[in-house]
Formats: sequence, C-alpha cells, structure tokens
Amino acid sequence: MNPILDFIITAIPLGMTFLFGCVGEILTEKAGHLNLGIPGIMCVGGACGCLALKMMYKTGMPWPLVVIIAILASLAGGVAMGLVYSFLTVTLKANQNVTGLAMTTFGVGLTKFIMSKLSIKSIQYLYALKFFRFPFHNRTDALKYCGIMVFLGVAIALAAAFVLAKTRVGLHLRAVGENPATADAVGINVTRYKYVATLVGSGIAALGGLFYIMDYAGSYEAYKSIEAFGWLAVALVIFTVWKPHLSIIGAFIFGLLYIAGSRIPTLLGIEMDMSATPLLQMLPYVVTILVLIISSVRKKRENQPPASLGVPYFREER
Amino acid sequence: MSSTIALETRKVSKYFGSVAANVNVDLTVRRGEILAILGENGCGKTTLMNMIAGIYYPDSGSILVNGEEVVIRSPKDAFRHGIGMIHQHFKLVDLFTAAENIVLGINDGKKYDIKDVNRRVAEIADRYGFHVDPQKKIYEMSVSEKQTVEILKVLYRGADILILDEPSAVLTPQETNKLFDVLRRMREDGKSILIITHKLHEVLAISDRVAVLRKGEHIATVETAGTTESELTEMMVGKKVELNIERPEPKNTCDRLEVKDLNMTDADGIKVLDKVSFSARSGEILGIAGIAGSGQRELLESIAGLCHPVTGQIIYHNPKTGESEDLRDKNPVEIRELGVRLSFVPEDRLGMGLVGNMDIVDNMMLRSYRKGHSLFVDRKKPGDLANKIVDELEVVTPGTHTPVRRLSGGNVQKVLVGREIAAAPTVLMAAYPVRGLDINSSYTIYNLLTKQKENGVAVIFVGEDLDVLVELCDRIVVLCAGRVTGILDARNTTKEEIGLLMTSAGESCATDNDEKEDVGGENN
Repeated sequence: MNPILDFIITAIPLGMTFLFGCVGEILTEKAGHLNLGIPGIMCVGGACGCLALKMMYKTGMPWPLVVIIAILASLAGGVAMGLVYSFLTVTLKANQNVTGLAMTTFGVGLTKFIMSKLSIKSIQYLYALKFFRFPFHNRTDALKYCGIMVFLGVAIALAAAFVLAKTRVGLHLRAVGENPATADAVGINVTRYKYVATLVGSGIAALGGLFYIMDYAGSYEAYKSIEAFGWLAVALVIFTVWKPHLSIIGAFIFGLLYIAGSRIPTLLGIEMDMSATPLLQMLPYVVTILVLIISSVRKKRENQPPASLGVPYFREER
Repeated sequence: MSSTIALETRKVSKYFGSVAANVNVDLTVRRGEILAILGENGCGKTTLMNMIAGIYYPDSGSILVNGEEVVIRSPKDAFRHGIGMIHQHFKLVDLFTAAENIVLGINDGKKYDIKDVNRRVAEIADRYGFHVDPQKKIYEMSVSEKQTVEILKVLYRGADILILDEPSAVLTPQETNKLFDVLRRMREDGKSILIITHKLHEVLAISDRVAVLRKGEHIATVETAGTTESELTEMMVGKKVELNIERPEPKNTCDRLEVKDLNMTDADGIKVLDKVSFSARSGEILGIAGIAGSGQRELLESIAGLCHPVTGQIIYHNPKTGESEDLRDKNPVEIRELGVRLSFVPEDRLGMGLVGNMDIVDNMMLRSYRKGHSLFVDRKKPGDLANKIVDELEVVTPGTHTPVRRLSGGNVQKVLVGREIAAAPTVLMAAYPVRGLDINSSYTIYNLLTKQKENGVAVIFVGEDLDVLVELCDRIVVLCAGRVTGILDARNTTKEEIGLLMTSAGESCATDNDEKEDVGGENN
C-alpha cells in the first residue's frame, strides 16, 4: 500500500479510540459535568472486556457470543465507573475536578491490577479480531483496522449529534448544562438528565478502551497507553467545540497528528532520533491550545463550553 | 360567582423561620381584569405571588382556581391550573432561541418540531401585538425582548392567569407603554393579570383594581377608578410608629461630600443613576430612602470608587487639608485612605466586606494588611482591634478566632460596621446595617451611627424602614428609579411624603425631565 494512504488509513481507527471517549465526554459535559475520569473509565472499559473475554473463553462458548459478552462487560465497567462519578458529583455535589481525577487514578490502577493478573493468549485475541475487524479481517494492510467498531463509533457520534440538535431530549439536556435553574423551573428533572448523560457517556467512553486493546492494538500490553488516549479524548472535546459530528473529523485529525511523528520522517526519508517522537506526539495538544485561543478570541457564544460546566446545581431553597 | 372569579386565596399564610411573610391573605382576582399588587419592600407581595405560582407552598390557607380548591406544589402544578409567573430575574437559556426557550420542558407527546413551534409562537405574538423573532438567540436580545419571551413562554403553555413581578423595573417608559398595551389586549381576551409594582402612576394607568399589602397583611382591595395616589400611599405605609431613637441636633455642620449630576448606566443599558445631586454634611446623618434597586448600591459604590459613573462629580472637602478633590479621579484604596468608608450589608449579609471562613482578626486585616513593612503580616494590631470591637459592641462570639461565618447575623454586622468605624472615617456610608437584626442589635447600630455623627463624621445611612429613617436621620434624600425625587428635613416630614416620592418617578419624569423623554424618543 502507498505509504501516504497507509498513514491516512491508520489514522482513522486510531482516532476512533479518541472518538469514543470524546463523544462520551461531550454528552457528560452537555449536562454540565466535567468528567476528568474519562481516561480511567476507558482503561476500566478495556480491562473489563479483557476479563470477560478470558473468563468466557474458558467456558467454551461460541466465539461471537464471547465477544459480545466482552463488549457488554466493557460497557458495564464504564457505566459502573460513571455511576460512582455521578453519585459523588450529582447527588453529593462533590467537586467535579477532584472526583474526576480520582476516578482516573483509580481506574488506571485497577486496570493495571486486572491486566497484570490476566495472561491472555494471542489466540484468544484472534477470535475477537475476527469479529471486530469484520469485513476487513482478512486484509493485511492498514485497512484491516477499519472494522465494525469504526463504523459503530461514527454511528454513535452521528446519533449523539442528532439527539442533541434535533430532539426534545437533546434540547432538555443542553438546557440542563447551560442553565439548570431554568431547566428545573420548567419542570425538567435535572438530576435524572445529569445521571443518564453521565452514565451513557461513560459507557460510550469505555468502548474506546475496549476498541484499543482488542482491536487496534490487539495486544494485552496495550492497556498502558489508554490513559494517554483518554486525555487526548478530553482535549478533543475542546478541539471540536462540544459538537459530536465535528468530533468525527477531529478524531481523524488527532489520529493523523498523533502518528505524524513516526510517519512523516519516514515518508520524507529523513533519519530522526527516536527520542524526538514523544515531542511530536504533543502535536494534538498544541493544536487544542490553538483552538482554545482562537475560540476565546472569537468569543462566539455557540463555541463556548456549556455555561454551567463544573458548577454543582443546588436548587434555590429558602 | 365562580364564573367571574378566576383566582382566590383564602387565609393564606407563610412564615420564614419566625418571620411572617404573609398572614391570612384573602385575595380575589376576576376573570378579564388587571389587579395591581401594591406594597413596600418586604411586605410579602412576591412571597404571595410565589405561592400562587408554585415556588413556595403556603403554611396555611387555601388557593382556589375557578372556584375549586387546588394544591400547587411546583411551577408545573401552577401551569396545569393555567397560572404562569413572569419573574423579575428571567429564567432563560441564553444560548437558545426564543422558540427553544418557550418550548423547553413541554412534553405534550407530539413530535418535537422546532419549525412548528416557531410558527405557533409567531401566531401568539401576533394575536397580542408582541414583536419578537422566534429564531433570535436570547443573548442577542434586549431586556424588553427577553421579557417578551418570558410572557410568551407563559402564554404558550396556555396560562389564563398571568403574574408579572415588577415588569416595568427593567423597561424604559416607552417599552413600559408597549407592555401595557399588550396587557390590555390580554385582558380583553379574558385573561387575568396580576401585576406587582411600587409605581403608583402605573397602578393608576393600567389596573382595574388595587390590592394593598403591608407587613404581610392584606390591607384592602379598592377599585382603581375610585382611589387616589395619596390614599394608596397611606394604605401602603401605614401609621407612624414611635421608635424613640436618640437624635441630637447636628453641630458644626459643613459640607463634606458633594455629589453633582451623577449619571450611570448598567450593563443592559438601563439608567441606574440619573443626575443624582446632594451633599453630605459632617455631623449629620443623611438618610437615603428608596425602593430596593433604585440606585442606592450604585450610588454608594460610585462614591467608594468601586464602580464608575458616566458623568458627574463627587467632590470631597478634606477636613485635614481644607482642599476639595474629585473622588472620581481616585482608586478605591486612595478613597479609603481619605477616610471615606463604606459598610454595605447585602441581602446575603456576608457577600461584601467580610470573608466568612476567616476569623474576626483576619477580617480586620483585610483593611490593614497593606500597612505592614516587614515580610510577615502584623497580627498584633488587628488582634487588638478585634478584641476592642468584640468588647465595645458586645459581639457574641466564642473568641476572635472564630470564623465570621459561624456568628449570628447581628454579630456579623457589628463586626463589619465596627471595623469601618474603627478607622476613624470622615464619611461613613452604612447600607442596610440593620438588615435582619433584632430590635436590640438595631439600636446598638443606631447608637453607633449617632455617636459617629456627634464626632463630626458625615454619615450616610441607607435604610429600608421609613420609621427608622424619619427618626434617625437629619435629612433624607429620596431616590426613585435612579433619580433624586426629593431632599427632605427628617424632622418635618412624614412617611407618606417619603412614600409618595419613592414611588413617583413617572410623574416628576414627565414634568422636570423633558430632556430624558427626548432621548428616549430618539432611541425608539
């Protein structure tokens, strides 16, 4: 395959890892909750999927069922993490930044523990890969990564965009994140919206971790990189100015930028010291900072974070 | 009967702690009428309306809609009974369009189609003569447009009883007239409208009947056509109460602070100070009377240098040097150094001047930390001062190291006022220093202010209770909608006179302020 095409096609599935996390975080932030636990949730999502795969494989179930159970386990892990986060921040009104960071620390640690106790053989992954990489599971070039999970990711992003922009639920959710007091006054159940948005968002984000371990990397060692991708997903939310449909393109761009460091020198035929790669991997963050600067300077109201992001909602009582 | 009475309250009472907000209020609203609810600050108008609209739940009594007793526990319940309230502070999502805000929270089971909503909003707007673009974003709207959206929100939900909380407070006279036209059209359509206001001329202009509340009680409901401004004022302010506050004659007075033609507009472009002029003299207490939000806060903050008027002068006659200086050229620190001190007690008491989580000593240091010369702060002097204030003002506290937040309201206020007095000011501005205090603590504060006056300080006292203003102050400046409507000799005035001036901006607007009318006309 043409190296340039290979570069571009590799970026698409890599971007998917960010996309799941990003769409999940957008839904949560639209409800006014800044969930910095996303990296931890993605890790736990991956770990739970691996755990289920290992356990179900032993039972000798048909492999498609094993893989589906692994996906469900990943979702459940994410939702469980989201439940802890929303109980702390929505019900107990704890500080969202501190809670989110704690969730990440916890999630990363838990994942390390689970994964170090599991030893998954590559044969087990192969079953999963056959499923995840359908219909390209027989290919050997970069296209093999673009399986059903990639389509699923794009579908979820488009669905999220549709719900937010075109439905009553979306209108209510946006109102909760912008001005919960107003939403409350017109009879919207603010707490319910916050919970549901956070739980759904966490579940979606968890799939990102699963996708990366089982599909893109296809190696159980891969859990070590997920945390970094989780932070990129949070940065991607800002990069795409809280719009799920833009996050599809944003994820692709982040994917390109992330591997640019290792690909471009090869493409140009330049010899580069390996130690410089991490520097080039900072590109997505640099671009995010640029986007922040530009959107702050332009001050367009539509491109700002939800107005009550990070602010716990107390009903006015006298 | 039930065919003409749309809404009725029977013996409705509401208490906040031990404070009675409403006591046995009986109110009837007919179908197709505009009922004005009139009363001073804190007379329970808004509380009563909030109970009807489902924000509060009455402690006792009942509410009847169309002759049937109803239970209203939430704004949603109120909507179900056709009651909608337009609050003074708009509840709108800035980022949404008018139509999105209007449809927010409605779950009628139909498919959500914003185009259909746009069309229906436009229909309602046309019927009552509103001008609004359903697709305009709230943050691009003027205050009056936002108010229109609030009214449409209520109408869209099919309300037959509309409650408007001081709708004209944020509007220009032209916009108010437009609003009144719309209200009249709604009345013709058979809707019942309750309008809370302090402006007597508006009451006379728009309402069919007036219900007067005083100190939480319903005094009377009268036909507007058969009443006069002075009769309404008398009902509103009530009989004079003797307080017996000690008031020595002012001695050696001389002008200390002269405010000349101060003008200011707020972020929404509304005039909050309009050619305000007066002088504060040393050795006397100057009272400032006015309905809440008539520009008191902006006036005091302008003098203290915290906000900046557009035009005008604030001349300070320095007793030490004999020079006159314009405070507008100075920053808040310089103004404080000159001896102009502000103690402002906002509604939440702690919001300004004190830090709740810090103890009394640290709060004293907020005013003195700049004086230190070494690397470390000096806690000795603030500590002494804290002890002195606790002793002299009888602040009830476990010690000077207790966080201020844990003190009771009265003690917090003593700390705040005490700190400003301790700096030996030449001008002392005390805004609502007795807010929420019991009788004894109030008298302590009155005596403190009187003592300052005897020491030759020019005291400016902003108060809510007219009885106190009349007995404590030497002269009273009356503010109404950012304008000085009168400067009275407190010894020879009555509550009725002040009350009338507090509520009569509209009339004097028309007579002595032709200029403003012209400006308004151009904007229109």
